[in-house]
Amino acid sequence: MKLLRMTLRAALRALRRNKMRSALTMLGIIIGVGAVIAMVSIGQGADAAVQQQIRSLGTDLLMVVPGATTASGARSGWGGVSTLTTADAAAIKRDCPAVAEVTYFRRQVAQVVYGDQNWSTVVQGATPSYFKVREWPVTDGQVYGPRDEETANRVAVLGRTVADQLFGPGQDPVGTIIRIKNVPFRVIGVLEPKGQTMWGQDQDDAVLMPYSTAERRVLGAELLGTVDMIHVTATDRDRLDEAGQQITALLRERHRIQHDQTDDFTVRSLNDMAEASKSASQVMTNLLLSVASISLLVGGIGIMNILLVSVTERTREIGIRMAVGAKSRHILFQFLVEAMTLSMVGGLAGAILGVISAGLISHLAAWPTLVSPAAVAGAFLFSGAVGVFFGFYPARQASRLDPITALRYE
Amino acid sequence: MRPPFSAHVLRCNDDSTNLQVGTPREDTMNSPLIRVHDLWKIYALGDVEVEALRGVTLDIQAGQLVAIMGASGSGKSTFMNILGCLDRPTRGTYQLHGTDISGLTADERATLRNREVGFVFQSFNLIARTSAVENVELPLYYGDTPLAEQRPRALAALAAVGLAGREHHLPNQLSGGQQQRVAIARALVTQPSLLLADEPTGNLDSETSREIMQLVRRLNREQHLTVVLVTHEVDISAWADRVITFRDGRVVSDVQQEMRHGDAQSRRGPEAAPA
Repeated sequence: MKLLRMTLRAALRALRRNKMRSALTMLGIIIGVGAVIAMVSIGQGADAAVQQQIRSLGTDLLMVVPGATTASGARSGWGGVSTLTTADAAAIKRDCPAVAEVTYFRRQVAQVVYGDQNWSTVVQGATPSYFKVREWPVTDGQVYGPRDEETANRVAVLGRTVADQLFGPGQDPVGTIIRIKNVPFRVIGVLEPKGQTMWGQDQDDAVLMPYSTAERRVLGAELLGTVDMIHVTATDRDRLDEAGQQITALLRERHRIQHDQTDDFTVRSLNDMAEASKSASQVMTNLLLSVASISLLVGGIGIMNILLVSVTERTREIGIRMAVGAKSRHILFQFLVEAMTLSMVGGLAGAILGVISAGLISHLAAWPTLVSPAAVAGAFLFSGAVGVFFGFYPARQASRLDPITALRYE
Repeated sequence: MRPPFSAHVLRCNDDSTNLQVGTPREDTMNSPLIRVHDLWKIYALGDVEVEALRGVTLDIQAGQLVAIMGASGSGKSTFMNILGCLDRPTRGTYQLHGTDISGLTADERATLRNREVGFVFQSFNLIARTSAVENVELPLYYGDTPLAEQRPRALAALAAVGLAGREHHLPNQLSGGQQQRVAIARALVTQPSLLLADEPTGNLDSETSREIMQLVRRLNREQHLTVVLVTHEVDISAWADRVITFRDGRVVSDVQQEMRHGDAQSRRGPEAAPA
C-alpha cells in the first residue's frame, strides 16, 4: 500500500516533468478510447432505431405468408403462390387457443384519382381487425367496421402519404369521393403516419378498404377467397411461439401436408426479424469496434515507444535508484505504474471525449447514438490493460539494467 | 532499533559511539568491517579477458577513513563497485560485517546497499527536477522506514550537512558543493556503516573540496563512520588515515598516515565555513 502510494507519486512526478510528451503519448489512448466509445454508441443507437422501426410494424405479431421461404426445389418465396384462404384465417381464429386477433388482406397496385390529382399506390383490402392488429389508429375520421366488411361497402381509409398526394393543404379528405379503378369510394378516415419499414417501404403509401369490397370491386375475380398474408396476434406476448406452433399444425392439417413434405406457408414472427436485424447491427458494431480498437492498440504502442525512450533517458536515474537500494521489482513496478497512469488518465479523458463526440454526432449528423455505461467502463479498463501490456516490456528492460553500467551512462 | 540519524550527527564525538548500542558498528570494533581476500575480477571484452583485479587482499577497520589512489585502469573503480555490492568478484571473498557478498542474490545485495552502504559520486548523481529532500528520501523509500518518518529523517539529514532551508531546492538551483552535500545526506540517511565516495571532490573547486572533506572527516570522526574514497588528488588523500595505492589490479602500497589536516580544523566544520 505504501509502496503503491509512493510509486504512484513517483510516476506522477516523472510524467509531470515532461508534460508535453506525456500529453502527446496519452493522445493516442484518448483518441482510441474516444473512438471506441463513439463507435459503440453509434452502433447501439442504430440498433435501437432499427428495433424502434420493427416495433412500428406492430408488436408481438405473427405473419403467415403463402409459400415456403426455405424450401428445396423450384419454390417461390413468400407471397408467390396463393395457398392461404380466408377460410384458413377463420380456422386460425376459431381453432388456435393462443391466438387473439386475426386479420388478412390482399394487395394490388392501382391508380387512385381525386379530381384532377392521381396517385399510384397500394390498394389493400383488409379485414377491420387489421387496424387493431397493427395498432394503427386514424388521425381524422374513423376506420371501417365489421358491418362495412359484411356489406362490402365502398369506403376507404387513406395512408398519410396518399392523403398528402391527392389533397392539397387545407383540404379535408374525409367525406370526399375518390375513384379506384373507376370505382367511387367514400373516404372515411386518414391514418396516423407510421413511417418506413426497415426494408425501406413507405407504410403510409396505401389505401385500405374492407377485404370483401376489394375482392368484389377492385382486385378482380381471379384467386377468389385467397389472401396475400394473414397477421395474427397472440393472447399474450409470451404465447407467441405457442400460437405459431398451433397455426403451423392447423394449416398443415388443413392443407393436407404429409410428414415428409414441406409447408406451403411460412409463419414468421417480428421477433425473429428483430433478432435478425439485431445480429446484423451487432456485426456493424463489432466492425466499428475493431477499427476503433486498432487505434487503441496504436496508442498502446505509442506508450511503449515513449517508455523505451524514457528508460534510456533515465538510465542514470535508474542506476542511482539501484545504488541506494532499489530492487529490480521496484524499478519494474515504477515504470509499469507510469505506463498505467498514462493509459488510464488517457482512458478517462478518452471516455469523456467519446461521450461528448457521441453527443455531437447525434446532434450534428442526426444519427441516433446510445452511450452505454458498460462500453465506457469497458473502454476505460481496456486502456488500463493496454498500459500494463505495453508498459511491461520497457519496464522489464529498465529493471534488468546493470547498476554499474546504468550509473556510468552518459 | 536505530536511533534517528540526526541524533548521531548532532551529538558530540565522544559519546556517540557509546550510544550506538546493538548496531553492527559496535560488533565490528574488534573485527574489521571489510575483509577482502584474494579478490579477482575478470571482464570479458569481446575475445580479450581483462583482469581488473588480480588478487587483492586487505582489511579495513570500522571508523577508518581510507583513500584509494591509482591511475585510471588500475582497478580502483572495480574495487569500489565490489565494496559497494554493485558488483560481484570473479574469485575471492569479500566480507562486509562478516557476510560474504559473493553468495548473495541481486535483491539481497540491493538490501545491503540500502542499509549498509552510502554512495557519493563525482558527478553528484542527484535525480534531476526532484527536490533535495525528495532525493534524500529515496533510500528510505526503498528501505523499510515508515512513511511518516521518511520526511523528518530526510530533513534532519539535510540539516546535518548544513543545508537547512534549502530542502525544496531542485538540484539545478544548488551549487556544486551544495549538491554534493545533498548526495552525502542521501548516502547517510539510512545510517550505513560504510560511505563510499568516488572522487567526491572531482567536480569542485579547491575551497568547496576542502569544505566537503571537512564534512566527511567530521562524520567519520563523530559517528565512527567508515569512509572509503577514491581520489586522484594528493590534497584529498591527505585527509585520510590510510592511503592505499592500486596499480594494474594490485595493491602496490598501503600506508597509515597522521592526519595532516588537524582535528581542530575539521571541528570548525562546514557550518563555520562560508557556504
